[in-house]
Amino acid sequence: MGLLSKKDSRLILDPLAENNPITIQVLGVCSALAITAQLKPSIVMAISVIFVLGVGNVLISLLRNIIPSKIRIIVQLIVVAALVIMVDQVLKAYAYSLSKELSVFIGLIITNCIIMGRFEAFALGNGPWRSFLDGVGNALGYGVILIIVGFFRELLGSGTLFGFKVLGDSVEKTGMYAIGYENNGFMVLPPMALIVVGIIIWVQRSRNNALIEEH
Amino acid sequence: MAINTDKNSYTIFFSVIMVLVVGSLLAGFASGLKPRILANERYEKQQNILYAMGVNNNEGPNDVEFITTDVVEDEFSKYITKQIVIEGDKETEDDQAYLIDIKKETNKAKKSDYTRRLPVFIGEIDGKEIYVIPVRGKGLWDAIWGFIAMDKTMTIQGVYFDHKGETPGLGAVINQRFFMDDFAGESFLLNDGSFGSIKVAKGNNDPKNLDKADQEVDALAGATITGDGLSAMLKKDVKMYVPYFKKLNQ
Repeated sequence: MGLLSKKDSRLILDPLAENNPITIQVLGVCSALAITAQLKPSIVMAISVIFVLGVGNVLISLLRNIIPSKIRIIVQLIVVAALVIMVDQVLKAYAYSLSKELSVFIGLIITNCIIMGRFEAFALGNGPWRSFLDGVGNALGYGVILIIVGFFRELLGSGTLFGFKVLGDSVEKTGMYAIGYENNGFMVLPPMALIVVGIIIWVQRSRNNALIEEH
Repeated sequence: MAINTDKNSYTIFFSVIMVLVVGSLLAGFASGLKPRILANERYEKQQNILYAMGVNNNEGPNDVEFITTDVVEDEFSKYITKQIVIEGDKETEDDQAYLIDIKKETNKAKKSDYTRRLPVFIGEIDGKEIYVIPVRGKGLWDAIWGFIAMDKTMTIQGVYFDHKGETPGLGAVINQRFFMDDFAGESFLLNDGSFGSIKVAKGNNDPKNLDKADQEVDALAGATITGDGLSAMLKKDVKMYVPYFKKLNQ
């Protein structure tokens, strides 16, 4: 990357695979389970988290020298909460139908442990530009997993992608359903998200032995 | 910077400043955007009512497209010819009836001395008189609500359901065509004219909902509690309108 130094580009690329917040650090799993029954909310959630984590990391980084250490967690919480409320209000005023679709997800961003984790672990000790890259990188790593899980859950659970019936119609018995294929209803339930995340972790570790902890 | 951030006085100073800054920022945001948000909510109600009546921009078989916000006010006054509010035995005309907050009415009605205001929106489409009523109930996580368009005999012409926070892909699909369209043609009244409601039923064994006389529509997989909540909502809220429809048919 010409734009970024090697050290900076690692900040973006590392969380995508080798230090992925969900599969390696196992953070933010709660929201990954809750909203990945379909592909579209997964993508929207990924975009929202990129925004909140990118901006939040910069703000915390700018304030890092003046935040009293005793109340730093509260300060971090307030920054996330304020950002999320602003996003919510702006969407309600200017993109009402989109904000309806997101409904609870916007509020759920506050509870995403990746955000507090990056504030605490990175933004408090680094400059704004590097914090921004770190925030965007981690949010992207989170988003990638969300989209993979959403893709498989919607495809196998409902036979659709973005609501389009890619495998044929299950009631009319066309396409795949004509030869006896059935949707796996279990895929739309939250436990399957955990299993899909587990499979991703397994595949990733079996391809990269360096990730396996020694005991 | 040489600030001692560990001092108690500094911590208090910082918190006060932070609360002031964040508080006024958010308050400014909220009040600045409020008119737009309220207008959006008003348009949405009008769109929902018209959608239930069959006035929409649907093209494909799975579309749920409302008419656009720039024309919704004109279309609403065109199609909805009369709005009335029922209070006990009294019926009054009120062209703001669609703004009645069903949630507040439900809460107020819990007190025994309050007569609940029930709005009805009367419209005409293709020469047919349509009565649209609002309903509101509880899903799995949060509120669910909707508008039901019926003819005089309480046979459904169209519905619109929506929800605040049902699970995506499960309960949240109550606002999808394949679920809402099943309701059209079902009647709230039994053959003998008494109120029988309509149930979201598992084991209905009629996935395309061809049987319109069974007072059942096919339930949603993985959304039992949302479906039960919807059944309860219809039973409770539509029932309140039965005396009004009885009077209409006399």
